[in-house]
Amino acid sequence: MVNFQMIIPLILYLVFIFSIALYSKRKSSKVSGEGFIEEYFIGGRSMGGFVLAMTLIATYSSASSFVGGPGVAYSLGFGWILLAMIQVPTAFLTLGILGKKLAVVSRKIKAVTVTDFLRARYKNDGVVILSSIAILLFFMAAMVAQFIGGAKLFEGITGYHYYVGLILFGITVIVYTTIGGFRAVALTDAIQGIIMIFATIFLLMGILRAGGGIDNIMAKIAQTNPEALTPTAGGKISQPFILSFWVLVGFGVLGLPQTTVRCMGFKDSKSLHNAMIVGTFVVGFLMLGMHLIGVLGSVVVPGLEGDGAIPGITVKVMHPILAGIFIAGPLAAIMSTVDSMLILASAAIIRDLYLNYGSKNVSLEKLSKMSFITTGIIGVLAFILAINPPSLIVWINLFAFGGLQAAFLWPTILGLYWKKANAMGAISSMVAGVGSFIYFTITEIKFIGMHQIVQTLIISLLAFVIGAYFGKKPDEDTIKLFWG
Amino acid sequence: MKKMIDSEKNKQMNKEALISLGLYLFFFIWWYGFAYGLGLQDIEDYSYIMGMPSWFFFSCIMGYLVISFGTWFVVRKFFVEIPLDEEKSSLNKRDRGGK
Repeated sequence: MVNFQMIIPLILYLVFIFSIALYSKRKSSKVSGEGFIEEYFIGGRSMGGFVLAMTLIATYSSASSFVGGPGVAYSLGFGWILLAMIQVPTAFLTLGILGKKLAVVSRKIKAVTVTDFLRARYKNDGVVILSSIAILLFFMAAMVAQFIGGAKLFEGITGYHYYVGLILFGITVIVYTTIGGFRAVALTDAIQGIIMIFATIFLLMGILRAGGGIDNIMAKIAQTNPEALTPTAGGKISQPFILSFWVLVGFGVLGLPQTTVRCMGFKDSKSLHNAMIVGTFVVGFLMLGMHLIGVLGSVVVPGLEGDGAIPGITVKVMHPILAGIFIAGPLAAIMSTVDSMLILASAAIIRDLYLNYGSKNVSLEKLSKMSFITTGIIGVLAFILAINPPSLIVWINLFAFGGLQAAFLWPTILGLYWKKANAMGAISSMVAGVGSFIYFTITEIKFIGMHQIVQTLIISLLAFVIGAYFGKKPDEDTIKLFWG
Repeated sequence: MKKMIDSEKNKQMNKEALISLGLYLFFFIWWYGFAYGLGLQDIEDYSYIMGMPSWFFFSCIMGYLVISFGTWFVVRKFFVEIPLDEEKSSLNKRDRGGK
């Protein structure tokens, strides 16, 4: 069922994204001298409130928020919407706890990456190298997984082959990130966030109309699957399980480098305040809307399954042109997740490894050329891996999300708020955290049915405190730099 | 924008972090209380608001409005606009587009 009408809005959208990248490129070429690194990797710290809110949301709403999650809601019902709502306060929590403190510190030390911040705080090569490796490894796997998800979704809705989708949006995201840097990433994220909002509104209206109104649909759910009306989905969603999501997609998100770095890039306090308000409002709307679509869809368009649910509903209830706009929504979510990882992976190589351990005196011209090339190569590598995904990558991706939290959560938070935090603590926490997360995931050891991330973060916290106790105290300069 | 020395800035930032955490806990209790307080009874006993089970209406729909409004209120009431740069110096090459 190849459908050309759907492709038109999608192509227009991709063209629009490219023009944003060109605009960003023009902005960045105006910046001269040492400003290049700050411009390319953090957008010159110029994000306003709206862009900050949208880029934060777009980065952490990936394929799972648009396809995976609503697909589960389709089969389990309202209990899964309850679970999705846990993500709503994450935006303000992240910005409220990390925002200002990181912004102030990163301006003092001219940090453009999370590793920059960790290096200034712990003054330890082990921390720098471990965090660079964690970022490169986990991001690479996660990017490939996002590419695969996007191409599959594209195939499901349009009927075009997997490769067509992969090439179309794979190339788009690589090109705009490479030439536009962080500024293009943030601006396109903002646009993509808006697309996601409209996609949700259109689909929600479409499904309500197709099902003959909310009362009609609800009566049918009560008739065919009454368990879908309960918060536990008739016992399928246990309390320990759902509660552990308050860590996995809640508090733990404070550790994700792609989230943290955004706290270094906004313009002023006012932008941060606005982003907290706008971010909460928008992410709540998206979560509630998309998952409600999944639940309502289960009786309006029955007979679908899992990841196929949302594409199936879309094709059924929407006009092809609107469906084309809709498919841009999840693709936008995917691209905006990939672009942030791409720019951070590139920053890890150029800023954290090369500028620290490679050449100290490198001309600006060479540096900018290297940055473009590195971003491009990482993107192309992820793209090639997605064509025929090796099982190792798929395997590493299982650990990516939790692994990043295990590695970065405590070194970031305690580094900002605990004066006694030191290098020994950070290293122990990273090693014990990532190690135990991988171990628990492979052996499937869970504590009373909770996600492994909960016990992992407790272990990495203990490791941090014990390490900090035995390690050397941070020196006076560090304390002064971070606490004044 | 208020002028602040570093220690005052730090105090304010710590306060804001604690307030954010407090609001987070508040939403958690709201979410949990309504979902499992109203939702664990027999399905036959459910009451419905706007077509939806009441636990869902309060926990998720109202919860969404409460947290959106709550964030707005907390930020307006307790958050202070502090300067993020150390000091305004001539070293600051780029015009930050201030008003």
